[in-house]
Amino acid sequence: MAIKERRIVYKHVDEEGYSNDIDCYIKNGGYEVQKKAFEAKPEDLRQEVLNSGLRGRGGAGFPTGMKWKFLDFKSGKPIYLVCNADESEPGTYKDRQLLYQDPHQLIEGMMISAFAIGAKQSFIYIRGEFINGARILEAAIEEARAKNLVGDNILGSDYSCDLIVHRGAGAYICGEETGLIESLEGKRGYPRIKPPYFPAALGLYMCPTIVNNVETLCQVKHIIDMGGEEFSKIGVKGDSGTHIMGVSGLVQKPGYFEIEAGACTFGELLYDGCGGPLPGRKFKAVIPGGLSMKILKWGERFKGKHPNTGEDFDWGVEDIPLDSISMGLCGTALSTGGAIIMDDSVDMLEAMANINAFYAHESCGQCTPCREGSLWMNKLSTRMTSGHGREQDVPLLLDIADQIAGRTICAHGEAAAWPVQSAVPKFKDEYLDKIKKQANGERYNPAGFPLI
Amino acid sequence: MADSETKQVTINIDGVEHRVPDGLNLVDACEGVGVEIPHYCYHPKLSVAGNCRMCLVEMGMPMRDRATGEPVLDDAGAPKIGWMPKPAIACASKAMPGLHIKTKSDLTKECREGVMEFLLVNHPLDCPICDQAGECRLQEFATDYGRGFSRFVEEKNVKPKRTKLGPRVILDDERCILCSRCVRFCEEIDENPVLGFTERGSHSTLSCFPGKQLDSNYSLNTVDICPVGALTSTDFRFKMRVWFLKPTPSICTESSVGVNTEVWTREGKIYRITPRRNDAVNDTWMTDSGRSLYQQVEAENRMKSFRVDGNKASLGEAVQRVRELLTVGPVAYVASGHMSVEDQWMLRKLAEAEPGAIHFVYHTGEGDGRLISKDKTPNLRGGLLTGLIKGIPDAHLHSLRDKLEAGEIKTIVSFGEDIVKAGISPELIKKANLVYFGALRDDCTDYAKVLLPALTVFERSGSFVNQQFRLQKFSQIVPGPAGLLPTTALLARLIGEITGQPATAPSNPQMWREIAAAVPQFSGVEFAKIPTTGLELDSSAFATLPFVEEKGWHFEPVAEPAGAQSSHH
Repeated sequence: MAIKERRIVYKHVDEEGYSNDIDCYIKNGGYEVQKKAFEAKPEDLRQEVLNSGLRGRGGAGFPTGMKWKFLDFKSGKPIYLVCNADESEPGTYKDRQLLYQDPHQLIEGMMISAFAIGAKQSFIYIRGEFINGARILEAAIEEARAKNLVGDNILGSDYSCDLIVHRGAGAYICGEETGLIESLEGKRGYPRIKPPYFPAALGLYMCPTIVNNVETLCQVKHIIDMGGEEFSKIGVKGDSGTHIMGVSGLVQKPGYFEIEAGACTFGELLYDGCGGPLPGRKFKAVIPGGLSMKILKWGERFKGKHPNTGEDFDWGVEDIPLDSISMGLCGTALSTGGAIIMDDSVDMLEAMANINAFYAHESCGQCTPCREGSLWMNKLSTRMTSGHGREQDVPLLLDIADQIAGRTICAHGEAAAWPVQSAVPKFKDEYLDKIKKQANGERYNPAGFPLI
Repeated sequence: MADSETKQVTINIDGVEHRVPDGLNLVDACEGVGVEIPHYCYHPKLSVAGNCRMCLVEMGMPMRDRATGEPVLDDAGAPKIGWMPKPAIACASKAMPGLHIKTKSDLTKECREGVMEFLLVNHPLDCPICDQAGECRLQEFATDYGRGFSRFVEEKNVKPKRTKLGPRVILDDERCILCSRCVRFCEEIDENPVLGFTERGSHSTLSCFPGKQLDSNYSLNTVDICPVGALTSTDFRFKMRVWFLKPTPSICTESSVGVNTEVWTREGKIYRITPRRNDAVNDTWMTDSGRSLYQQVEAENRMKSFRVDGNKASLGEAVQRVRELLTVGPVAYVASGHMSVEDQWMLRKLAEAEPGAIHFVYHTGEGDGRLISKDKTPNLRGGLLTGLIKGIPDAHLHSLRDKLEAGEIKTIVSFGEDIVKAGISPELIKKANLVYFGALRDDCTDYAKVLLPALTVFERSGSFVNQQFRLQKFSQIVPGPAGLLPTTALLARLIGEITGQPATAPSNPQMWREIAAAVPQFSGVEFAKIPTTGLELDSSAFATLPFVEEKGWHFEPVAEPAGAQSSHH
């Protein structure tokens, strides 16, 4: 049984015969919303976005309308709009489809947003590895500029705003909005301290700046199209719109699905959408929304009272509805929707070591806890997997993570700490079992699957 | 000064209310009321980086009812504090009314222990061979705020151990805690960005930009502000353990800026000079060139014995000979801005006892618009205030030369001024008798009838008046060579010979009682009470003089600088 999708931003993704050029886009009704939007007042557009209840799709889930509201309109300084296309969260690949297959949707969403916030200049900061993505975007911007949809006096109005594609150089941390801004300024991608450098007041070149995710900006187009009130009816209270769930890992059919928030459960996604576990395997753990979110263990139960319905719930992982509110109730977050699925063939300690290696490699090195803690966790978990683990390493690993989270300049601290903080209590026995077996010179392979 | 004008606000530190200046950085605000907030990357004169995370504290504000705006009270009727869920860095927070912080709570303590542990996991812990040991923030805070043991059993990172960043600075990258103070100094203060980090994460490595080196005349400030032993001074490296050194406040004599310094000594030997904070003069900085001035103490051309007609003589013989020469005929005194106020005062008294024309040599050169001014002496203004000169002197001794050529001068008494360099040929000098008070042999010493070796600024105490008309005192740091006396004592003895009064070397307080009574600008000044950061004097009487100094840090020239004129000399 197929999963019930509701495709809004992904409407034309993988559509037969749909190409990423402007003619195809216009043929499918493209840039009509921009024309409509340019006749409205910018403050009304901002109000629509606020009314929509859209939450940022870059991971943190901050309400987009609020973010725009915090923008310092009175400084007299130019306002910048930056699209964060540095999609580098492991497990996440939703923006890539939009950039490659439907770039004009992003451009239209951006120009509407730029007009709404009065941006003087807008940028797309695209991850360095998306080489073709950057080419596609540049070609698309040229097409849009030729049709007077980007650039000077857009659509004959007195509003001008150019759009520039800037390629990153491959650092994960440049997806953090202030790190991105530094990188865009040509500096080392060190995130800024907040306070005082909130982008809405002191962003790019110390001017008010809005940094939004690709999907968020694409959603803006649809909000303006259908109206904020209408958009807010999609999804659940506190999390409106759709989520693109990008499933990867050990399922029969990995892939992406645009689903109305809360319209189906994790189990439906994995079984109906992705065909369930590989033959003979059982699900063991899922990381629901990008690598840095807290891990869920297959079989654990989540109980409590749901704030939206007021009803008591008792869920397994498979029962969790796919919306930010429900995910939050289970101690994790839907975040980017990039779900990583692990089955019983996965050695959880190896998985942990792999995650730690990533964050140690990607820590920018600016602030102490993340810089030293992430590398320490990496060294520690690498040693644990290599047969030299000690029992006390397990609580030590957790303690190091506790010393990082909440004490760093940017959210990379949490990103590095959360997987450890969530996985260690849940898989502690397995770690200890492995350490003990390895100390006895045995190979560790509890489920008996062939080791890769 | 500015503090009394700043609005004071009440903040609550660990349950105790304190009055601190509004908007002041919390690290400084707490320090001002005696609460230490440990920090590495924060420096009062640099921008806030917030990267070391050592200053994390719990912060909160009194809660207010959203609807009414009224403060929310707890059961006891005290305002309820809304504590922030996460600790915040004090260095990026400012004092504001009602702010509450906890510097001793469990969370704060835990944060500090965590940061300390992290900072040390990849630190080589080579304190036994590290120059910073004894004045190292890592050692201090590890003792004060650390757990006292390590749980790290992995291999430490390996980084370059001795990178030559420039002619005077060597970097040990393994010790570096990446606080970025040096990077910010080069960018913000020196405005010569040459330092940056390469690599990422814990492997980040400080290095110079390609093709650049840290060769600015302010490079050693990076060594001063380095909280650990990463940046070391090539000159001081491996010379002496700092706990054996004694710092004594002094004044740099490089130029009329009068940079406040600390001179570090052990057993009569100077090992290094570092800047002393004075927010009105040099902040916390000084030049590299000023730091090497201590080398004059042990310079090869240092004069250590009294000489009369080229032969070694006793102090008594030398003074006696000077006395005789002063009576031969008309006398000319050559004073200098290198003399202290006290020296100049005693010269004035000598000139009163044995009248003669007073010449003064103005030493001008290139300034850097920062801490080196165009006047290369520390105390020209002392000469003005003590009345030795009435206006800006010449940079040469042409008037003295003319008088010598005319045979109008029989004896020249020079105080450390190389009169050959100032334009008087040896042939002319030979026409008269030269008496020379000076520390170092120079071009004119060979022609002196009497040589009276003087003490350097490090071997005596006294005071200078800098370009801002700020009276600053310096202390004796090391004993001078055996048998030498301060110039003031020599002059007192000479005056005694002339006047026939019993001569005792006057102490600084004694001289200052006379100076304060005689010079209106010095009225009320007591030597012992001159503050360590100096005393601003009334300079209105000299406001129209064309001093050469141009704009520098903390200095704005009053009159038009005479730079264009003096450059001809």
